[in-house]
Parts: sequence; C-alpha cells; structure tokens
Amino acid sequence: MAKVMKKILNDPRHAVSEMIDGLVLASGGRTRRLDGLDAIVKTEIPDGKVALLIGGGSGHEPIFHGFVGDNLGDGAACGQFFAAPAPHIICAAAKAVHRGKGILFLYGNYAGDNMNFDIAAEMLIDEGIDVRTVRVRDDVAAAPRERVEDRRGIAGDVLMIKIAGAAAAALDNLDEVERIARKAAANVCSMGVAVSAGSIPETGRATFELADDEIEVGMGAHGEAGIARQKLAPADQVADQLMARILPDLPFGAGDEVALLLNNLGATTMMEMLVINRRIRKTLDERGIRVHRTDVGTWLTVQEMAGFSVTLMKLDEELKHYLDAPCRSVGFTNWGGL
Amino acid sequence: MGARVLDAAGATEMLRAVSRAVIANTDRLTDADLAIGDGDHGIGMRRGFEAALTALEAPQPGIDGAFRATGMAIMATTGGAAGAVFGTVFTAGAKAFAGEPQISAESFRRFLAEAQASVARRGGVGEGQKTMFDALAYAARAAEGTDDLTAAVHAAAAGALAGVEATKDMIATTGKARSLGERSLGHPDPGAISVSVILGAMQEFVSA
Repeated sequence: MAKVMKKILNDPRHAVSEMIDGLVLASGGRTRRLDGLDAIVKTEIPDGKVALLIGGGSGHEPIFHGFVGDNLGDGAACGQFFAAPAPHIICAAAKAVHRGKGILFLYGNYAGDNMNFDIAAEMLIDEGIDVRTVRVRDDVAAAPRERVEDRRGIAGDVLMIKIAGAAAAALDNLDEVERIARKAAANVCSMGVAVSAGSIPETGRATFELADDEIEVGMGAHGEAGIARQKLAPADQVADQLMARILPDLPFGAGDEVALLLNNLGATTMMEMLVINRRIRKTLDERGIRVHRTDVGTWLTVQEMAGFSVTLMKLDEELKHYLDAPCRSVGFTNWGGL
Repeated sequence: MGARVLDAAGATEMLRAVSRAVIANTDRLTDADLAIGDGDHGIGMRRGFEAALTALEAPQPGIDGAFRATGMAIMATTGGAAGAVFGTVFTAGAKAFAGEPQISAESFRRFLAEAQASVARRGGVGEGQKTMFDALAYAARAAEGTDDLTAAVHAAAAGALAGVEATKDMIATTGKARSLGERSLGHPDPGAISVSVILGAMQEFVSA
C-alpha cells in the first residue's frame, strides 16, 4: 500500500474549485472564474487581441491557472488533479477569452489533454472560431528525438507560455503567434529527477514508491516511470546526468545562447536548486553555451514530489525578445526583467 | 437465462446499473492504475458515472438519448483521457441505437463496432497497445455470430475479460504507462478493466 500523504485541505473533491477561488482572490481583480466551471480568465482582454488559452490537469500549481495574466495566458482551463480538463470547460474558457482574432491552445503533450482540447477545438472551429494548437513536447527522457511526437510536456511549458503570451499580446496575427510558439517548442528540451513521490489529493496516496535511498531519473510530471532508478547521488553527479542527456539532444553546442530554467517539483529546497544551478552553469560555460537568462523557481509541481527538472531553450533574437517581455500573474511575475 | 426487454426505460435502467458498478469498483480501478499509471483512473471514473447516474434520473427520450446523456455526463466530468474515451464509447451507443425501439443483438454489436471506431479515431489507438481498446476489440469479436441479445451481451462481457487478461502480456505504447516499457508487463490495463466492469454490469442486467 502506497504511503498516505498529510494535507491541509477540506473535501479533496472540492480542492481544485477552492484553489481557483483562492487564486482569483489573490490576483487583485485581474482574473475571474467562469461561473460554475474550473476555468479562470483575465478580467481585461482588449478587443482584437489574439487569445492564448492554456490548461491541463490540476495539481501542478502554479501552472496553469496561476499563469493567467499580463503577457501570459488569457485564460486557463483546469482539469481535476493530473487529469485533462473536459471539452466543455475548454470551450467555455476559449469563448470567454476570444476577441475575434482567433485562439492559440497551448498545453503539454498528453493523450488526455490532446483528446479533450481536440474535441473542444473541433466544436469551436464548427462555430467559425479560428483555433490553432501547439503542444509542448520537451521531455527528452520520454522518447528519443526521432519520436518527438511521443514526448511529454514538462517544465518547458513555463518558457512556452511566457513566449506565446508575450507574442499574443504584441501581435494581432494568429499565424505569427503560432509560428513563434512552434519555433519555441522546437527549441526546448527538459529532463527531471524525482527524489520522492508526489500524491493525488483525492486518493491521498503516493503515485509511486521509491526507497529512501533511491531516485528516479527522467520521470514524468505525474510520476510516470523514468529511464533509471538508482541510488541517491551528490548534486553535481545528478546534474551532470541530466545534462548528458539534454545537451546532445537538440543538440546544444558552442556559440548557442539559451534560456535556463530550473523547476522545483514541489518539495525540494531553494538551496538544493541553487547548488544544482552552480553545476549546470559550469557545464554550460565549459561548452561555450551562453546563458541569456536563468529562472529558478517552483512552477510545475507534482504536489509534494521532491526533485527538479532542467529546461534549456535555444534562443534567437526573436525568441529572446518575447522571452524577456515583462509578465505578471499570481504564479509567475517578472515585471522588471532579469 | 432471462431476457429483459431493453426499450428506452430498460436501457436507462441498464445504464444506471452500469454506473453503479463502475462506482463500486473505484478502489479496484485506482489500484490497477497505481501499478502502471498515476492512480487517478478510479476517481475519474467515479466522478463521471456519478454524473451519469444523476443525468439518468430523468426519463430518457429513446435508447439513443439514454446513451447520449451518459456519454455527455462522463465527458463533462471525468476529464483526462478516460473522460474523452469513455464518453465517446457511450455517445457511440447513441449513434448505433438511433431510431431503435429496442436493443437487439444486431444493434448491440453495432454499438461495440461504433465504439471501437470512435475510440480509434479519437485516441489514435489500435489493438495491442495495452489500452481499453483491447478489451473493446475482444468484446466486439466475441459478440459475433448470435441473434440473441442475452447471448451477445454474455459473450461480449466474457470477451472483455479475456481482453483484460491479454493486456497483461502487452507492453504499453501509448498513454502514461508507455514510459514503463517492459515494466508494464504482467499488469492489466486499468481502462480495459473498466470496459469489463461496464460490459459485466450489462451482462448481469440482461440476465436478471
């Protein structure tokens, strides 16, 4: 029997709904909830704006509901814990953010998300609304590059939402927003490691079992099995192991400029994250890869899972421009830029 | 074997029995999903079939209406891949039973065939990928060759169980279990178990 997690919640079946209510209150009037639905949208979206709708299963907070804001998502459709949102939630959120210039759907590549967002897109297209879809497939551990279609979307979502959000705010052309999002998606790679399991609040049970002295390398954002289960090792060694898989994948090489994102899966400390950042930076420096910006934080979590993921995105001037745009939301604010 | 007349009222009652059976199997489905997935299949299915039970409290206009109401309730509340796939199974029933005053062996087979085709289209899956589709395919094949509804439903339920067994020997190539590779061997697919629960409840209903 998997371990039972302690959590400070009311009825876990209402946790997603209560979480959204709390988020709206924390957003200072900049977001609202759609009546009776697990969907959150910006209160002010100008007419003629290309809309960006993000979403996915809940429990990875602050993504996705926490990424609704300025230069980020216009709305988020939220599923239950680790389960894609239903088509009618996606449709309602899409209609609430549509301002006549079409909608970009941006989400992680999972069977459930793909099916539910596709059903919603078909319904909206039938109504004459232009909907495009870009799926984030950044997890290099999930499948080799020749099967990139099978890769999961993990923390690359964060940089993707930032770039697509800034592009959708600046440009009034859905074709262009889609093109930029696709370019970003083709240039992002991630991989993670879990030190301990997360849980699903509705069952209260850990999603996998890991011995106290073991780590799972390359696991998915729901505890999907990784590529290796091994003994806990020093930070430098673990960081090297991830980089050994990420760097040759795109590949990343001398002269490249990248965005580096270190995502905490929930229960790892900032100290550990920064120790890892030090080693990764050394690796990149040695290979002549320039880091344009570094984001270290907690964005795509798996409840109390301990561990982290590394994301690298290869940049050009256009991607840098949108990546550096200031953004503001409950889950991710970078108003001054770094 | 008794044989119930499955008109709109009978079909509605059967779908209520199916919903209760899925809800009763929540923990079993969760345990199966914890073994090779992320452990949310049981609670998702419970959510969907609780909503279906509520939707089916009202009398339904026709067999197709009952199946459509069930499918829409599941799709709206289950979420995830399971919501899309199992919602599709029941809306496929709405197509197969359109205009039929009673469920016959022939229209029941049409339902299984339509469900298979719709799930394949929506999920991009085929046989052998260790999904609920395998149980559906086994059930559809088993239900062939009889003009008796009760016999067809019994055969389909037995077929679904054989399909569940068959998934134990498969390596998942789609869905969240895909990353397990050979580690998924020996475990039955949770979605396939759900198909067997659904068809098992139909079997029990038509035999009562």
